Amino acid sequence: MSLAAPAATAQAAAAPLIEARAVTRILPGVVPTTLVRDVDLAIGAREFVAITGPSGSGKSSLLYLLGLLDLPTAGEVLINGRATARMDEEERALTRLTFLGFVFQFHFLLAEFTVRDNVMLPMRALGRLSGAQMRERADMLLSALGLGDHRHKRPDQLSGGQRQRVAVARALANEPPVILADEPTGSLDSKSSGQVFDVLHELVEAHGKTVVAVTHDMGLAERMHRHIELLDGRVVADGAHARV
Amino acid sequence: MNLVLDIAVTHVRAHLRQTAFAVAGVATGVGFSIMMAALMVGSQDDFTRRLVNTLPNITVSDERRAPPPQPAALTYDAAEFHGLTPEARRPGIKNPLATMAVLEAWVPGKIAPSVKVQAIIRYANHDVATSVTGIDPHREALVSDLPKQMRGASLTALYRATNAIVVGDRLAEKIGARIGANITLQTSLGARLSAQVVGFFHSGVRQIDESTAYTLTKTGQILAQQTGLINELRLRLADPLAAREIAARIETETGYKSVSWQEANEDLLSTFIIRNIIMYAVVGAILLVASFGTYNIISTITHEKARDIAIMKSLGLPEPTVRAIFVVEALIIGLAGALAGFLLGYILSRALGAVRINNPFVDTDRLPLAYAPLHYAIAGGVALVSSVIAGYQPARKAARQHPVEIIRGAT
Repeated sequence: MSLAAPAATAQAAAAPLIEARAVTRILPGVVPTTLVRDVDLAIGAREFVAITGPSGSGKSSLLYLLGLLDLPTAGEVLINGRATARMDEEERALTRLTFLGFVFQFHFLLAEFTVRDNVMLPMRALGRLSGAQMRERADMLLSALGLGDHRHKRPDQLSGGQRQRVAVARALANEPPVILADEPTGSLDSKSSGQVFDVLHELVEAHGKTVVAVTHDMGLAERMHRHIELLDGRVVADGAHARV
Repeated sequence: MNLVLDIAVTHVRAHLRQTAFAVAGVATGVGFSIMMAALMVGSQDDFTRRLVNTLPNITVSDERRAPPPQPAALTYDAAEFHGLTPEARRPGIKNPLATMAVLEAWVPGKIAPSVKVQAIIRYANHDVATSVTGIDPHREALVSDLPKQMRGASLTALYRATNAIVVGDRLAEKIGARIGANITLQTSLGARLSAQVVGFFHSGVRQIDESTAYTLTKTGQILAQQTGLINELRLRLADPLAAREIAARIETETGYKSVSWQEANEDLLSTFIIRNIIMYAVVGAILLVASFGTYNIISTITHEKARDIAIMKSLGLPEPTVRAIFVVEALIIGLAGALAGFLLGYILSRALGAVRINNPFVDTDRLPLAYAPLHYAIAGGVALVSSVIAGYQPARKAARQHPVEIIRGAT
């Protein structure tokens, strides 16, 4: 796979790219629901992190908080050392666009657009490249993920695994140092799951990306560098697995 | 293509049938607005044109708006007046030629003197109250379209016979007079004159055509029993719309009552204002109803595309960009509707213009229509603005959606 040169390869592993400090998220309502409670964690460069836990333990909620898609009720999330609590919506959007890449359980590709257009979407939103450069980068990403021949197809013409790989290509479009994946293999068969996992793994090992993935699949979680386990919104275990 | 425009066009294309209905709604609104404006303004312009062309733009008469102060009132502080009687005879404009010369020096237009007398026309057992105006046919051509409105003879026919008279065609019809008929004119002062009908005129304004007659100035003076009398100066201006201001200045300078064509027809012109208010209210209502269609389609698209919105926001597209996508969609509908509406409006106007009408109160067999680019611009502009307003609310709501809620609920 020949993706772009990693942005944070030389960065010290000790300097966290994402940090949560006493993060709590409570859903307001007649009966307030606590999704995440007092979570402290720091994720550095080139880490391959699995977040696991039973359903309703707050895995996805924590990922959305780390990805600035949601705001904590208390505590703070720092991105690359920068506090995000006082960022306005536009700043958070720009941070997501440049620093974070998202892969969801369901590919969430825009159905009316071609595969290449979907990959180009974050680049077009950022607007730093010319049209030709965007096309070239999208084609390069798709080829690297084995989808070079499918770039003119629409998402509904691809298999589940292929769509998820397109979603990964889209997440990599603006060369973010961090990829956040919410059950990236959750809707795939075992073969496709393996392919997507391999892609994420290669992003870390070969390209210096940081990947944080929520997963139910303990087999996959055990193949990652670090395993954070949540229960009732709290971190109950946070430890390193053996390198894959 | 720009990202916002690209996504907007893609959404619209994906909802072609619903979009077509929304576009048809806007097009209908715009089309009927243009047709209504063409009809209303066309009839108004036609009527105004007739008024402006038929009547002098300004009439300076020998009357005064306020009676001149009595000499005694100027001399004594405590003078009281009882039993003042108005002058039985019209005083006429003093030194009319000098007054004309003064006005000609600055008024941008032409001036013609005339004598106006109220008289009864008697012919074949018909007595009809008539306004008889004594004119100079050559100068009259400079201030009104009377020479062009003549039927059966030219205006110079007034020179052909002693006491020649030209009457409105409806007046002639009413009394049954033909060319060559000898009619009798009688005034309230007892003057009686036999005159020969030498021609008819048709102004197109019913009130004028059935109660007005023209003679030579000299004949008018004989009828008024005042030699050398000029009691009206009739003016045609280079710019008829400036009549009100120029009339006011003439009145200030000469002291004589100076009436512009707008003042003379104020009640009609105020009716036009009310008509226009009604027209714009109806047009606004049509376009408002059309904008509901736009609101509906944009709401539908934003509802259906909630997941896409969440994805775009999670990828980092800022709220204004997401909002702009749906506002642009509304704009596309408004623009397409406006363009289709222009065509529809033109076709409807043409169709309406082809309809034959047979109304004795209207002097034409076709509806007068105004084909003004301004109507298209207004209808198109209102359609665009109303579409954007209609699209903005659902766009704003869509852009403010919390992506997490949608992503959690997505399957």
